[in-house]
Amino acid sequence: MTPALLAIGRGELNLEAVVGALSGAAPGADGAVVTFLGLVRNHNAGRSVRYLEYEAYEPLALKAFERIASEIRERWPSARLALHHRIGRLDVGEASVAIAARSPHRGDAYAACRYAIERVKQIAPIWKREFFEGGDVWIEGATADPDDDRARAEAERAACV
Amino acid sequence: MRVTVKLFARLRDIAGSPELARDVAPGATIGSVWRELAREFPELARYERSISSAVNTDYARMDHVLSDGDEVAFLPPVSGG
Repeated sequence: MTPALLAIGRGELNLEAVVGALSGAAPGADGAVVTFLGLVRNHNAGRSVRYLEYEAYEPLALKAFERIASEIRERWPSARLALHHRIGRLDVGEASVAIAARSPHRGDAYAACRYAIERVKQIAPIWKREFFEGGDVWIEGATADPDDDRARAEAERAACV
Repeated sequence: MRVTVKLFARLRDIAGSPELARDVAPGATIGSVWRELAREFPELARYERSISSAVNTDYARMDHVLSDGDEVAFLPPVSGG
């Protein structure tokens, strides 16, 4: 069975699954797959990180992923996206997010992959709680607003440098 | 009418529950539900400018008028990835 293009779950992530999810359509027409794996780092803001706990508002997070995929179709029409995010407890070194972008040419695949992770950080209703040596803290990043064109333009700039 | 309120991350910790049921008057908005909650849990007030909100698993603005049975969600700034 082909893995889902967009998913949230508690199981370990791997790149084979996101790459495999894109293998169905137009197998001969694509010349590039770019992948990204986000890992739990052992330090953050001067703290020694022990582990992270991720939670999501799952139905809305999946809709946010669909929105990101559709923004990518709009901006890079030949590129396609697979995106898996893990929730629950993640230890240092484990993967929290796996992304693959596939297209006829490498430029679009690189750009779409980078754009996807920037947009996940902006609009996906997912939160991490950091457990560090001496305490724990909810990490609070961006106010999620999918209609904020400024944020979208920022993600596009990051993708196209 | 009755709505379900879902809270996530730090907001849930402050309220002590992931889900609350609330009776609201007809014409109530997401914003009026939020202000009521912030009165009940004063620590929520500092999130006033940074939260996002959703109704029935779609992002919605604070002036969105609610219907009976709606699921309203309040989301602190996100940190996925």
